[in-house]
Amino acid sequence: MGSPMEYNGGSVVAMVGKDCVAIATDLRLGQQSIGVAYNFDKVVAVNDKLYYGLPGLATDVYSLREHLRFRVNMYRMKEEREITPKTFTHLVSSSLYEKRFGPWFIEPVVAGLPQPTELDPHPKPFISTMDTIGCITTPKDFAVAGTAADKLYGAAEGLWEPDLEPDDLFETISQTLLNAVDRDCLSGWGAIVHVITQDKVVTRRLRSRMD
Amino acid sequence: MGDCSFGITGKDFVILASDMNAGRGIIKMKSDENKIRALGPHLAMAYGGETGDTEQFTDYVERNMRLYHIRNHNALLPPAASAWIRRQLAQSLRSRKPYAVNLLLGGFDTTTSLPHLYWIDYLGTKADIPYAAHGFGMYVALSTMDKWWFEGMPKEKGVELLRKCINEVQSRIVVQFNFNCILIDADGVHQLDLSASDPIADLSRAPEKAEVEVPNPIIAAPA
Repeated sequence: MGSPMEYNGGSVVAMVGKDCVAIATDLRLGQQSIGVAYNFDKVVAVNDKLYYGLPGLATDVYSLREHLRFRVNMYRMKEEREITPKTFTHLVSSSLYEKRFGPWFIEPVVAGLPQPTELDPHPKPFISTMDTIGCITTPKDFAVAGTAADKLYGAAEGLWEPDLEPDDLFETISQTLLNAVDRDCLSGWGAIVHVITQDKVVTRRLRSRMD
Repeated sequence: MGDCSFGITGKDFVILASDMNAGRGIIKMKSDENKIRALGPHLAMAYGGETGDTEQFTDYVERNMRLYHIRNHNALLPPAASAWIRRQLAQSLRSRKPYAVNLLLGGFDTTTSLPHLYWIDYLGTKADIPYAAHGFGMYVALSTMDKWWFEGMPKEKGVELLRKCINEVQSRIVVQFNFNCILIDADGVHQLDLSASDPIADLSRAPEKAEVEVPNPIIAAPA
């Protein structure tokens, strides 16, 4: 069958900007080399300040998304507040580690803006990524995952710069994703980009090569 | 993998077609096996995969859909049914003996009057798409559907497209297939006779008279 991580294809990228973050995904769902659907959104919102993407085995994308929705709803009811990006990352991480010896084949990417608090009135934009068993990495610049991860690293390394404004961040993440997935057989078939700022989220659907 | 099935949505209907072969490996034991099952008044699935698993799993799904209908006086709508079936397969995947069943779930949502088609494989992968194929059909007929399918297709065009797909399979695949076919619309699940010159004309028959066994419980309204 080959690697479960490359069975369905798909990629996600997140980037930090100046008081904003962006997260983007392609829309392909495949069965190895055959394309099955071009509407497979791998990025989900937790709330209007926190998004996450789940590239990997599609069945686990659904299962883990359902599991996380349940856990976040329970958190919301018990704590009577929204979950922070950092706490959410640890929730995802422990959900993944729960299945240490029979993992979810997913490499999540989290992107969010923490709410200002008394202790931390100017929180920094937050992105993080994990491996399939929940080992967290918290980069300062960008996070990539999926079948085009290697190409995304190259494109992001060349295009990203610090303190991008929302509009420039959108351009940067879009060009990064589109150019990377065009070099990957298993990703592409359209894309969705979310740019999260303190007062709004801008979601745009990108058209791309359909081959 | 020896199977072949198609699903096509249109303006107000879904068509499901499945091959009728049963056998093992290179041996064909039967060429008139019905591999489409009605799951409710407006829901049906075409299935394939490991023989035995397919029967067990589809029976299980059918009875649970029926149970939901009896308990709640309303059948599960296609999106909810697809989520339930997917979850059963996903849970089964990480069990000792997973079900090896691939299926196309077609349904008509009577609350919104919209057709639904779901492509689901044995891993629990689900795709919500306007046209789909499983098995050999994926290799030779997806491109046919890409070319000829269009938004808001009328029934006649749907059958025409299905015929193009079946033609492709019969001319490009070594295995010989017979196909049986159903159509789901606002009136329910109908059998489509592909040997007829105009199968759509037969649809004016009431769904009860169609050769499809619809698990349609008659429930008295609660007092």
